[in-house]
Amino acid sequence: MAQHDFMRELSNTACIVGAAESDEMGILPHKSQMALHLESISNACADAGLKVSDVDGIFTAGAHSPALIAEALGVTPRYVDGTSVGGCSFIIMVEHAIAALHHHLCDVAVITHGESGRSQVGVTRVRDTSIAGCYEIPYGFGAPPTWFGLITTRHMHEYGTTLEQWAQVAVSTRQWAALNPKAMYHDPLTIDQVLKAKMIAYPFTVLNICLVTDAGGAIVLTRADRARDCAKKPVYVRGTGEATEHVSVTQMHGLPLSKATRMSGERAMKMAGVSHGDFDHLMLYDAFTSGPPIMLESMGFAKPGEGVSFFENGKSTPGGSLPINTNGGGLSYTHTGMYGMFPLIEATRQLRGECGARQVPNVKLSLVNGMGGMLSAAGTAVLSNEK
Amino acid sequence: MEQLERPLPAPLAPEAKPYWEGLKQDKLMLPQCKDCGKAHFYPRILCPHCHSRNLTWIEASGRGKLYAFEILHRSFNPAVKTPLPYVLAMIELEEGPRMLSNLINIKPDPALIRCDMPVQVVYSKLNDNFTLPFFQPAKAN
Repeated sequence: MAQHDFMRELSNTACIVGAAESDEMGILPHKSQMALHLESISNACADAGLKVSDVDGIFTAGAHSPALIAEALGVTPRYVDGTSVGGCSFIIMVEHAIAALHHHLCDVAVITHGESGRSQVGVTRVRDTSIAGCYEIPYGFGAPPTWFGLITTRHMHEYGTTLEQWAQVAVSTRQWAALNPKAMYHDPLTIDQVLKAKMIAYPFTVLNICLVTDAGGAIVLTRADRARDCAKKPVYVRGTGEATEHVSVTQMHGLPLSKATRMSGERAMKMAGVSHGDFDHLMLYDAFTSGPPIMLESMGFAKPGEGVSFFENGKSTPGGSLPINTNGGGLSYTHTGMYGMFPLIEATRQLRGECGARQVPNVKLSLVNGMGGMLSAAGTAVLSNEK
Repeated sequence: MEQLERPLPAPLAPEAKPYWEGLKQDKLMLPQCKDCGKAHFYPRILCPHCHSRNLTWIEASGRGKLYAFEILHRSFNPAVKTPLPYVLAMIELEEGPRMLSNLINIKPDPALIRCDMPVQVVYSKLNDNFTLPFFQPAKAN
């Protein structure tokens, strides 16, 4: 059997039944990173109508291991996963969780994220600098904006994309943030404001770069048969994909497009049995304004160089034909450092119809795609409120 | 050549020793696969193109092109004392591999810096143990 046939077998076998953020989000110097995890898990279990003691699978990425989360939570999981390949790790874990659930390696899986990314409370930072420390750090590299701009200037060179077009992504995303009470920023933005904001690293002004916040989030998954007994309408995991290509941008061979994103997106859509035109909602990891357009191009939604058109003429904004980043994104809602949990929560809420002023009407099929590092790793989930 | 204050490369992998030793003699050394013929960077004990372990070292020409760049206006690395703004660069060497460096001896102005502009290596000695390769616009022939 081909790879995709095996994956088809996993489609719709498990559902997201709980989704929640930490009690508070934003700038939280009074709250530890572990507290952000535990609030999120507790809230997500309550949202699912399940008890924390029902959890027997723990999936997490970042500074705290799944063992430490389990200990702090006071449960003894029979399945753990600590895959840590950047901010998309939580999206990749949806694939890992449905596989584990399908084989009864666990019955209730929690994917959890907590990050005191802004205030650094209760955090031990351990960074692997074995390669970057030799070949990149001595030149002044050392934070995401110092690397992602390289991908972006190459994109501008090859396809003629402009600073105004990247700015449009920030402007569109802010329109959604205005409708999300949990978003950090609500005031409308103009292209001119984005262009004239403080220059951080050309081609990026500060408004092209995501927020840095403190927050947590968790989702709960269980097999489809059990999902029917949970508190809320189940959200089916129809397809998943993942891939990892590089860590250093020098090893990203298709730069400015991402091989990992292409592979991940293709697999998720094949597993789900859907194609690009079927989606009515997209969540794309927006650490930088150029990220979502490059993801759309890498996954084949748009031709190379044309991803930015998805953000033009109101297409992606409230009332538009294909809403993108309806929570306000990493650019205007929240971005802890490893953002991948939050687009999963938003897609779940949209598919349940819980989003109030920002609810996308009649949404049935949502795609969540995230990157780890500099488009280094990718995770994709195709979610639906119908089988 | 300018003397720049910056963090020293660390930690060092033994398989990269010929690269660092070469720099001390103003040579840019690259590992090359004796089976597929391709060079790679950063140095490894296995060819990332064909996975052969049959490697040798070659001296690169030091010529290449600016594959991509950024102009840094805010420091993310206080140990680098270069005055802002300066140019972060991805160089594609003539031999194929890409590496990160700084583009120097050019005004840090996006109107003057273009992807694919030809560049050449400039060596800068940090101390007796470390010399780093930087790049500047290639001189016209």
